[in-house]
Amino acid sequence: MSIASISKSGPFTHAPNSVQNTMFTVLLALVPATVFNLYLFGWPAILLFTITVVACVAVEAACLALADRPVVATLSDYSAVLTGWLLAMSLPPWAPWWTGVLGAILAIALAKHAFGGIGQNVFNPAMVARVALLVSFPVVMTAWVLPHPLLSSKAPGLNQSLSITLGGNVPDSVSAASALGYVKTELSRGIPVSESLKEFSRDSALTHMPDMMDLAWGYKAGSLGETSTVLILIGGILLLMRRIISWHIPIAMLGSLFVMGSLFNYVDPARFAPGLFQVITGATFLGAFFIATDYVTSPVSKKGQLIFGIGCGVLTWLIRTFAGYPEGVAFAVLLMNGLTPIIDQYTRPRAFGRNSKGEPLQLKEKP
Amino acid sequence: MLIAISSLTVMGIVLGSLLGAAARFLAVQENPLEEELKAMLPGSQCGQCGYVGCSQYAAALARGDTSVTLCAPGGKAVVEALAKKLGVTADLSELEEKGPEYAFIIEGLCIGCTRCIRECSVDAILGANKLMHSVIAEACHSCGKCVKVCPTDAIVMVPVRVTLANWHWPKPEVEHIQSKPKVGYAH
Amino acid sequence: MKLFPVRGGIHPDYRKEQTSEKAIVALPMPPLLFIPLQQHVGAPAQLLVSAGELVKKGQMIALCQGTISASQHAPTSGRIAEIAEVAAPHPSGLPQTTIIIEPDGKDEWADLPEPIADPFAADPQVIRDRVAQAGIVGMGGAVFPAAVKLNLGTQYKIETLLVNGAECEPYVTCDDRVMREYADEVIDGARIVARVMGAPKVVVGIERNKPQAIDAMTKAAAAFAEVEVVGVPALYPMGYAHELILAITGRETPAGKRTAEVGVVAYNVCTVRAVHQAVRFGRPLISRVVTVSGGAIREPKNVLAPIGTRIADLVEFCGGFATRPESIVNGGPMMGEPLPTLEAPVVKGTAGILALTAEEINSRPASPCIRCGNCVTICPCGLSPVEISAFVRKDNFEGAAKMGVMDCVSCGSCAWVCPSHIPLVHYFNYAKGMLNDLERERRKNERVKTLAEARIIRLEKAAEAKRAALAARKPSPENTPSGNGSEAATATTEEKVNA
Repeated sequence: MSIASISKSGPFTHAPNSVQNTMFTVLLALVPATVFNLYLFGWPAILLFTITVVACVAVEAACLALADRPVVATLSDYSAVLTGWLLAMSLPPWAPWWTGVLGAILAIALAKHAFGGIGQNVFNPAMVARVALLVSFPVVMTAWVLPHPLLSSKAPGLNQSLSITLGGNVPDSVSAASALGYVKTELSRGIPVSESLKEFSRDSALTHMPDMMDLAWGYKAGSLGETSTVLILIGGILLLMRRIISWHIPIAMLGSLFVMGSLFNYVDPARFAPGLFQVITGATFLGAFFIATDYVTSPVSKKGQLIFGIGCGVLTWLIRTFAGYPEGVAFAVLLMNGLTPIIDQYTRPRAFGRNSKGEPLQLKEKP
Repeated sequence: MLIAISSLTVMGIVLGSLLGAAARFLAVQENPLEEELKAMLPGSQCGQCGYVGCSQYAAALARGDTSVTLCAPGGKAVVEALAKKLGVTADLSELEEKGPEYAFIIEGLCIGCTRCIRECSVDAILGANKLMHSVIAEACHSCGKCVKVCPTDAIVMVPVRVTLANWHWPKPEVEHIQSKPKVGYAH
Repeated sequence: MKLFPVRGGIHPDYRKEQTSEKAIVALPMPPLLFIPLQQHVGAPAQLLVSAGELVKKGQMIALCQGTISASQHAPTSGRIAEIAEVAAPHPSGLPQTTIIIEPDGKDEWADLPEPIADPFAADPQVIRDRVAQAGIVGMGGAVFPAAVKLNLGTQYKIETLLVNGAECEPYVTCDDRVMREYADEVIDGARIVARVMGAPKVVVGIERNKPQAIDAMTKAAAAFAEVEVVGVPALYPMGYAHELILAITGRETPAGKRTAEVGVVAYNVCTVRAVHQAVRFGRPLISRVVTVSGGAIREPKNVLAPIGTRIADLVEFCGGFATRPESIVNGGPMMGEPLPTLEAPVVKGTAGILALTAEEINSRPASPCIRCGNCVTICPCGLSPVEISAFVRKDNFEGAAKMGVMDCVSCGSCAWVCPSHIPLVHYFNYAKGMLNDLERERRKNERVKTLAEARIIRLEKAAEAKRAALAARKPSPENTPSGNGSEAATATTEEKVNA
């Protein structure tokens, strides 16, 4: 009796996982922060978010069709949705529609498919798009607005929202600085960090919520999905619990950023922002749990992941402190992405029964 | 403007001369190559490559005159070793099609002329005048010279049989969802 | 006992409950038995019988030949029906020489060698000879001749005999049942092996998901101070000898070396039980316990089957297929190999026959690698499957070898954990096969070279001899070469060259 196909070698059982599952869990983990921020920034943010995600999926479909690859099967791995989602979260909430569309083209066509599609890209697609947009359109990409929660009196109506997102008509009165940007600008005007931090709290259009706790909860100006450190942390914990990511990259990145910040703040509080401020502002948490942990562009070994995480943290601090941009997570992650192949090469695990050079172990004494 | 032009010119000259110097002083000695290539070849002087013997083929390879895929008895291992030594990529597709073979003498047709015995460069054929010959399969390196000299066409090249001892897993046919099955092209 | 950490490992769904509570049942004698000459690593055994001959149960029908080999015995009395080429229990389904026995139903024993009265006083060589005589091989899957392994005691100082009862493969419960039902025999066999090896200590390693087996073995070992039963974490592939030795002794066997180098030798529980039977009763290895399980089997069982039982007969005894199986697997689902045919026989290394449904296998088309790194984290060998497979996909075997593909034990953990369902183990098996082929080809080329050189020397010598003979014949005073003659000769040569 001849049975079944034998063209396959074992194993004949498999873990209940798949790329689809993995991506889906990451999307799920992003939901709390996203929902809160869409509520916080209202209709314009919802429109931009939708446009960006749809554009990413459309660009992915177009690229697949051009490359003569199966479109539907590949789209169902949700990776394009995830890229679009992360890109949208890193755009200013009231940015015009074309930032989302252009970002989608940059992320999917340039950063992903030009390298050969999923699994082949060297750099994180969402961050490539973010950085490319930031250096090309610095004004648009740093036009932060104050929170305008849905259903509140300040919230723009649907009509006004359409005009904001599709027409780019952002009222001047709502603009605000992000915490990092504010501190940086003030420092360049000669105002010490310690002063500007106090000032920012008072200045912050949210007249009633001024301290670190507010920054952590996310009731502040910032990118579409990055403001709520606490909600992103909840998503990150979900990823850790489902073992989608390991603790190595997030902890190394947050830890090194915190240590650098605290250390230099201790040395000169007037010049350097405190570690806690560094950690809970900007894209730090989103970067640590969702961006830097991107499988494709981070090292595969745990040791490599620690190095990668520390590199991200230190570079973020360096860029925020000494470079021209107030925020450095995207740049730091991209720089470390470029180093990933080298890190991988030098952090290969030691093979069983061999030393780190790959030679068989020498027995000390014949037992 | 002038500064830019002159500085670029100076840089060009300096870097160019550096490269030139490097090419001169760090040049790789090429002479031992021929000997090394010769050592890689089977050394059976079968002449299947079209050259008189292995040394001539090695010389041609060292000069870069010929392809690395010509050595039939050497098989894939030799082709890969040569390609690596010479830093070229070998097109293995032709070799893949032809698996390992050995010469086989059809007993009924052999007239015992010993011509193949004299031709065999590895002494893989047993037999004597007027007696039936036979090939020691393990020693045969499938150069095929005996096939050509046999007056009665009693020698054929047969593929080495796949047994439990030499079977191994073929390359997996991965049904990547990323690649559509190729549709045949009409000629 | 303190255990040592091991590297990597996975927690597959064990699914042992299908058979773990089912006592071993003996298979009624099938109508025909198929005994392959080769059921072990090494050289095939040499045929001792011919068609038509009558044999008794336990009679040797094929003799080991060469240093690494094992003999075969008739599992029952009957007539040799035929010596034929029969499909081997191997993924290729290629045939091998097999003795086909037609049982006569009497099940009459042949004259067995005398039991060794006190194996602990006997000369170790006597016991080694007995184990060789009984044709015992490693029954955990490695099928290495046990007698050859016993010799390691003479070359190395063995501190510990490790009895491997980890049985980390999902579904398979034959070792578990043997330990529960025949704990005394296992312990006795282990003590005999330890005595032959000169090992002062016996450790039985059992995964903690088999508490009854641990209890039974602990009870059986209680009387012997040198025997210790240790529960080890249920972590696949704990049953891989090197891994188990690392967990229990903390010693890491150097790559490419035997475990005896670190003073430990591992034996499967069924193997030491077979040693017990050979030494105490003179019985050769003619049957074994096989777990027949999987979702497509109607009544999963642990079956005591004679060696040579057709797998189809075994499946039929277990109620046949409830549904169409997606794959029939020889061994466990992790390291087992697919069987192309049910005509192949049960051999000494057959621990399990699984008929698995598509849901159990959970196979999907492979999608591109997303570099999640899970395979690197769980690899018990400390390799980087993601990188090796990239080399193999491009047929760069040298690169794969440099990355350590030959160190891979094909445990299957990486392929199990891969979210992209990439057949990593299949890639590695392919690469190992190709590397072996290349190595064989390289060795052959070397041999060809020496042969060719020898021939050239021979031809030269022959030519020399001819010249010498000619010279010896020629020098008569008239025929001394004259100037003319030599000129003519040169001319002829030149003409030849020009022609």
